[in-house]
Amino acid sequence: MQRIGVFVCWCGSNIAATVDVAAVAEAAKLEPAVAFATDYQYMCSESGQSMIKDAVKEHNLTGIVIASCSPRMHETTFRKTAQAAGLNPYMVEIANLREQCSWVHKNKEEATEKAIVLMRTAVAKLTLNQPLIAGESSVTKRALVIGGGIAGIQTALDIADAGYEVDIVEKKPTIGGKMAQLDKTFPTLDCAACILTPKMVDVATNDKITIYSYSEVEEVKGFVGNFTAKIRRKARYVDEELCTGCGACTEKCPSKKNPNEFNMGLDNRTAIYIPFAQAVPKVPVIDAKNCIKFKTGKCGLCATVCPSNAIKYDQEDTFVEENYGAIVVATGFNPIKLDEFGELGYGQIPDVITSLEYERLMNAAGPTKGHVLRPSDGKKPKKIVFVQCVGSRGQSCREKGYCSKICCMYTAKHAILTKDHYPEMDVDVFYIDVRTPGKNYDEFYRRAVEEYDVNYIKGQVGKIYEENGKVMVQGSDMLGNKQLTVEADLVVLATAIEPDETARSIGTMLTASMDTNDFFTEAHAKLRPVESPTAGIYLSGVCQGPKDVPETVSQAGAAASKVIGLLAKDKLVGNPCVAGSNPLLCNGCGQCANVCPYGAISYVEEEVRGPGVREVRRYAVVNEAVCQGCGACTVTCPSGAMDLKGFTNRQIMAEVDAICK
Amino acid sequence: MTYSYYPGCTLKTKAKDLDLYARKSAEALGVTLEEIEEWQCCGGVYPQAKDEIATKLSSVRTLNSAKEKGQDLITVCSACHHVLKRVNNDMKTDEDICLRANNYLQLDEEYKGETNVIHYLEMLRDVVGFDKIKEKVVNPLTGKKIAAYYGCLLLRPSSEMMFDNAENPTIIEEFIKAIGGTPVVYPFRNECCGGYITLEDKELASKNSNKVLASAEGKGAEMVITACPLCMYNLQNNGTEHDLPVVYFTEILAEALGVK
Amino acid sequence: MSLSINYKAEAENILKISGVNPKKCMKCGKCSGACPAYDSMEYHPHQFVSMVQDGDLEKLMKSDAVFKCLSCFACIERCPRSVAPGKLVEAVRLAVIRKQGMNRLKPEDIPCMLEEELPQQAIVSAFRKYSK
Repeated sequence: MQRIGVFVCWCGSNIAATVDVAAVAEAAKLEPAVAFATDYQYMCSESGQSMIKDAVKEHNLTGIVIASCSPRMHETTFRKTAQAAGLNPYMVEIANLREQCSWVHKNKEEATEKAIVLMRTAVAKLTLNQPLIAGESSVTKRALVIGGGIAGIQTALDIADAGYEVDIVEKKPTIGGKMAQLDKTFPTLDCAACILTPKMVDVATNDKITIYSYSEVEEVKGFVGNFTAKIRRKARYVDEELCTGCGACTEKCPSKKNPNEFNMGLDNRTAIYIPFAQAVPKVPVIDAKNCIKFKTGKCGLCATVCPSNAIKYDQEDTFVEENYGAIVVATGFNPIKLDEFGELGYGQIPDVITSLEYERLMNAAGPTKGHVLRPSDGKKPKKIVFVQCVGSRGQSCREKGYCSKICCMYTAKHAILTKDHYPEMDVDVFYIDVRTPGKNYDEFYRRAVEEYDVNYIKGQVGKIYEENGKVMVQGSDMLGNKQLTVEADLVVLATAIEPDETARSIGTMLTASMDTNDFFTEAHAKLRPVESPTAGIYLSGVCQGPKDVPETVSQAGAAASKVIGLLAKDKLVGNPCVAGSNPLLCNGCGQCANVCPYGAISYVEEEVRGPGVREVRRYAVVNEAVCQGCGACTVTCPSGAMDLKGFTNRQIMAEVDAICK
Repeated sequence: MTYSYYPGCTLKTKAKDLDLYARKSAEALGVTLEEIEEWQCCGGVYPQAKDEIATKLSSVRTLNSAKEKGQDLITVCSACHHVLKRVNNDMKTDEDICLRANNYLQLDEEYKGETNVIHYLEMLRDVVGFDKIKEKVVNPLTGKKIAAYYGCLLLRPSSEMMFDNAENPTIIEEFIKAIGGTPVVYPFRNECCGGYITLEDKELASKNSNKVLASAEGKGAEMVITACPLCMYNLQNNGTEHDLPVVYFTEILAEALGVK
Repeated sequence: MSLSINYKAEAENILKISGVNPKKCMKCGKCSGACPAYDSMEYHPHQFVSMVQDGDLEKLMKSDAVFKCLSCFACIERCPRSVAPGKLVEAVRLAVIRKQGMNRLKPEDIPCMLEEELPQQAIVSAFRKYSK
């Protein structure tokens, strides 16, 4: 017979104001297995924990029930307390009297009644608890970073700095991501390239970091500390080892009319190309779809001019398999497509562009060498209108429900830079709200208004159309109570951002949870913001939610520190609450393996011995190191062979019985 | 291909051409239009308030007649199409409206939005096919710069009309190409002509109609086509600053097919 | 209009029959930026939303603005929050014309409006919009 102690916590007034804690403790004393029960103001405090330890010794307790807050909050705390008192840490059950009782009820009598039931349920379960011993697993001291933008770069540099090997997998031909496309960065206006490209070089020259550019993660197996990833290195038709990056091939390539992705299609590039001058690696790639050699078999000019014989038309995709202890997702974002926003004229009117396109227009290395010239006729605009919140904060199907967060600041930046280069230009900004929390951010926006004479108009634009060579912007001025039609030469739409289109498939591959917008979910919104709920998966940058550069860099460093904390361990203590199959009952049907999200179940054909049984059978075996204890197999198993330690079918039935008593 | 056909009041009086050429063209394209018997006026505008039931009943009767014949229902007039399609949608999705309308009507079998309401243009695109029309054209409108005027009612609200991209539609432009013309895309093709406001505020109707025509003219249109008699009226009679010809799309279709 | 109108009850009914939830509005003004009748309306689409929400109905019900809406659905189509201000304008107009003697358009007004080319559709539609 167990000797159980029940400790009812007041949680200050959180529980005690709605639940009669003394009555719960009294009710506990009536349970046959309960040898001791009490209540206390703060069970988690040092004195509360001492009280528990003393009671365990004094009353010779075999297990404890803590009737307090959610196990998510303090289960670990009380397991440690139990261990310090000489108990097995899994001889602890938490009755959640706060989140599941006092916080959701008003009537004290009813809440107390429910609290007693919850307490009894925990006692009933604990009566059947077995001491559990957690296993250990090793840690591969190497990290994988998926995505080579500023988030991935910073995370990789920080991990490498701590002495661990890191691989960056970037699907584009170069690392650098969106930040490489930016002109200046707010609020200090330092040039993005000036602060990013040295970091890119650091990555390239760091002997702890391997860059797999133009590559994608194809498959991930394993679990925290012991992942295996298969990386597809897409054929770039140029040998990275032989190429010196001289650029002779790109100069001679006769296929010159291909939209330049790096410049957002505002100019053209050759079929063999290096995305931009500071690309890392500075190795060209052949865009086979537009290459004359690939299309017609003729040409081959790049191979002829290459001084190092690096052009390899017969190159094929190759695969790399590598083991990792931790994986960081840094897949970033893209501006949304504006096809559904016909009323704003994007795609119909050449002089209506997105903010990222405007970045390229302002960038000295961009298609106009940094001169703001309109795409339609290459002329300098006299009036530019910026429209904020395009596709953000909406509820209809074409909009994103969230604030894209970066647009207010980059629009203020665009407005300031425009007025700084061209003081004679007129700049209007249509806004719904100006959201500029952040160090020196609001001051920056105010400078746009007060020093640079940017005209901010409170209201949204209803229609943008072309008339007599002008771009007409019809919108409301809510403070002036007017409908305006502004004659503009160039319109810039602050386009909402969304997670990269690969995020969903990567999330599935990693079994890392995502929200409905395809942003990765963090393990705890406040307390574990850079970890995925899936152990060993970390989040860096916009893949977790909209962020600007400073915030991305901070988060990238935070993710790195979590990875370092993991890789610094030689052994990981596992979760002993894992599934196990009873070979006597298992008929090898295979349903549990089908539902296991972690690939933890396999089958063996071995002799099974039991009362009256001695035969070779196929039965399920759980890899305890891989099992995460989700329990999907136990509820799927048709023969009741599968059970979860710490949450056995018997324990759950005992809980149900206690509730229904 | 046989369809129930709902012409609507105006097509029997002021907009006879819209009706006549719709029928002639359909015949030439091998589509049979069977006019619904004893149809009643749809009311011209869709009553948006949730407690408006009586004003939707005539539409439900029409929809039910098509259901009884087991046919899809074709309309030509933008306004009729708008009203019938949205009332049908109410009958399909709004339990309260459906219940109350059926209580009034006491039909043999309750009507729950079973009829498929399609616009004549959708029939041309999806059933006949613009490629097929192109083959049947005998008098192509080669070189004619034609501006499609969509107005409001065919397109909005797009969640219910599901006719085309409400902000950047293409169906009438595709139609113009099929009959050999050159479509003129202009920004006010989906902005309001003023509609019924002509009876309340002539100036406002005039302002809107002139804007539409100026926009079409500015992009080089030689002709405007429409599917709505009221749009036609406003553009012609209130858009007085411009003298672009405005014709029904069915008329130029009939002309192209050689059945005018 | 009689002084005995219970504007609070009117506002509640308007919200009910329009199905509009003004709390969804984020005050962006896109409806008014899109409205083709803006300059003819004393109160504009975005004001209908906030005024009905505030129960500030007397001004709206006494204003000609309710008769200037073209029912073009541009505000409904383009509203990023699916608020549908146009439905609210229609509901306020119904609140006005459903009162006795408040028909905006009367049968006897019609003959002098008739002109050769005016389609029946215009008269039917105007009647539906302006009379009960």
